[in-house]
Amino acid sequence: MSSLSRDDVAKLAALARIEMSEEELVSLSSQFGVILDAVARVQEVNLDGVIATSHPQPIQNVFREDQVRPSLTPEQALSGAPAQEEQRFRVPQILGEAE
Amino acid sequence: MINQTAAAMSEALVKGEVTSTQLTQAHLDRISDVDTSVKAFLHVDEEGALEQAARIDADRSSGKKLHPLAGIPLALKDVLTQDGIPTTAGSKILQGWKPQYDSTVVAKIKEAGVVILGKTNMDEFAMGSSTENSAYGPTFNPWDLSRTPGGSSGGSAAAVSSFEAPLAIGSDTGGSIRQPAALTGIVGVRPTYGAVSRYGLIAYSSSLDQAGPFGRTVLDTALLHDVIAGYDPKDATSINGTFPNVIAAAGKGDIKGIKIGVIKQLQGEGYQKGVQARFDESLEVLASLGAKIIEVDCPSFEYALAAYYLIAPSECSSNLARFDAMRYGLRVGDSDGASAESVMNATRNAGFGREVKRRIILGTYALSSGYYDAYYGSAQKIRTLIIQDYARAFTQADVLVSPTAPTTAFKIGEKSNDPIAMYLGDVATIPVNLAGICGMSLPAGLADEDGLPVGFQIMAPAMCDDRLYNVGGALEGALASKWGGHLISKAPALGGSK
Repeated sequence: MSSLSRDDVAKLAALARIEMSEEELVSLSSQFGVILDAVARVQEVNLDGVIATSHPQPIQNVFREDQVRPSLTPEQALSGAPAQEEQRFRVPQILGEAE
Repeated sequence: MINQTAAAMSEALVKGEVTSTQLTQAHLDRISDVDTSVKAFLHVDEEGALEQAARIDADRSSGKKLHPLAGIPLALKDVLTQDGIPTTAGSKILQGWKPQYDSTVVAKIKEAGVVILGKTNMDEFAMGSSTENSAYGPTFNPWDLSRTPGGSSGGSAAAVSSFEAPLAIGSDTGGSIRQPAALTGIVGVRPTYGAVSRYGLIAYSSSLDQAGPFGRTVLDTALLHDVIAGYDPKDATSINGTFPNVIAAAGKGDIKGIKIGVIKQLQGEGYQKGVQARFDESLEVLASLGAKIIEVDCPSFEYALAAYYLIAPSECSSNLARFDAMRYGLRVGDSDGASAESVMNATRNAGFGREVKRRIILGTYALSSGYYDAYYGSAQKIRTLIIQDYARAFTQADVLVSPTAPTTAFKIGEKSNDPIAMYLGDVATIPVNLAGICGMSLPAGLADEDGLPVGFQIMAPAMCDDRLYNVGGALEGALASKWGGHLISKAPALGGSK
């Protein structure tokens, strides 16, 4: 049976930028064994020589002319911003953090 | 008036027997009567709906040529953006967000003059099969209010089956249109991948997501399908080709000589007795209409569920990275000196529900170095095998069939603490998504043991959506004459003024 420890889940949560509560880390790690066992069934099949499918239909690049066309005004673009300043998105500090 | 089909409403509008304003008001009244118990809607746009209805009425009296669905009300799954209307995808992280643009589906609906009544409830980011994962509480099945309507498009399905709207839009990543249609006794179609634009459809799993129509009849569903399908340069995966005529197919009726393949792997063990019985009965009806019934073997389908629950979480872990608290949506913990990363961490914890976190973590794991080949890579290869199984089966049969879901509607709370039991409900619908083909669910009757609706699933190759409507229309007609009306007429009255 597969398993994922509380610390494994904490590491994945950090990678996914989710700060989980202790209770949630423990409950998720207890459920993960069953879920991993279920999805690990994909490894039961002999897949030698099988090509992977990332997309159900053939896709190709779609190009268009580089033309000026109507788009959102600055007010519209900022209308959902959690915080704004001088017609810009105001974000928390991203540089010069401690450490 | 509200218990008519959309086609009949359209006729009444054209003849001037009713106005769109009256029709829209009747549905708004129905919503205020019964939605306190059904809870299909997250947001009702009474003002916008009545404005649109008045505009259509004015256009009609001035003699302007209108689309057959002009003036008909519709319920919209809250996963599609509508300019200026709150759009949450059932998540707290988008609470209060008002998009500044219409999704292509909404633009097409508006262009046809269809009246949007409001946004419907759903499992958060379409992750779920019961609508219980909505951050705004569950939706209840109009057939039995102690049960779920299925999901993730449970709000849209419940709105149509409770006569709050004759038509609705849902989205289907692993069965999220077909399964709720089955559980609420209506018709739902997942069109061919690429047939309906994903522009403005909030992404869960981009290679599987597809919006599609709900209706109470096959013809109504075809009328709406026809409105939303078509090439869109704004979606790089949109198909630029000739789309089949689904409306003509829905009315054709004749299925003599059509070969129908029953998928061996999608019946029998694990399927509720009453579900299997109604399915078998529908097969007999199809045979009596002149179809040839054969059995087909799709051995890789046994691994479809496992492959789906790796591919979809992997894609979602990437897609949902956009909810970073910077440009829109919730922001938590933005105090003096807090770093962007700590704000992201806190916001995503507060904004996402348990199932969404579970899938993001699973996807992060499946994509992480050292596990990628064993999990995500293997799942992508299983996907190839499933496509090959379908290709082989479609050389033997014109359409393939199965029960839509292994059980009828389950109780609220029954599976919410058992993710695997919940995931198993998608076993028959998921292969369609992995292969990018199209599928329909239509009512096959009520299960003897619980009196709840059973869905019959029809699958057809990519861009052969018309076959779904041809076979579905014929089966629906034969079953309706057997029952003396459509199944939905047997739905409980819900105490409203129906």
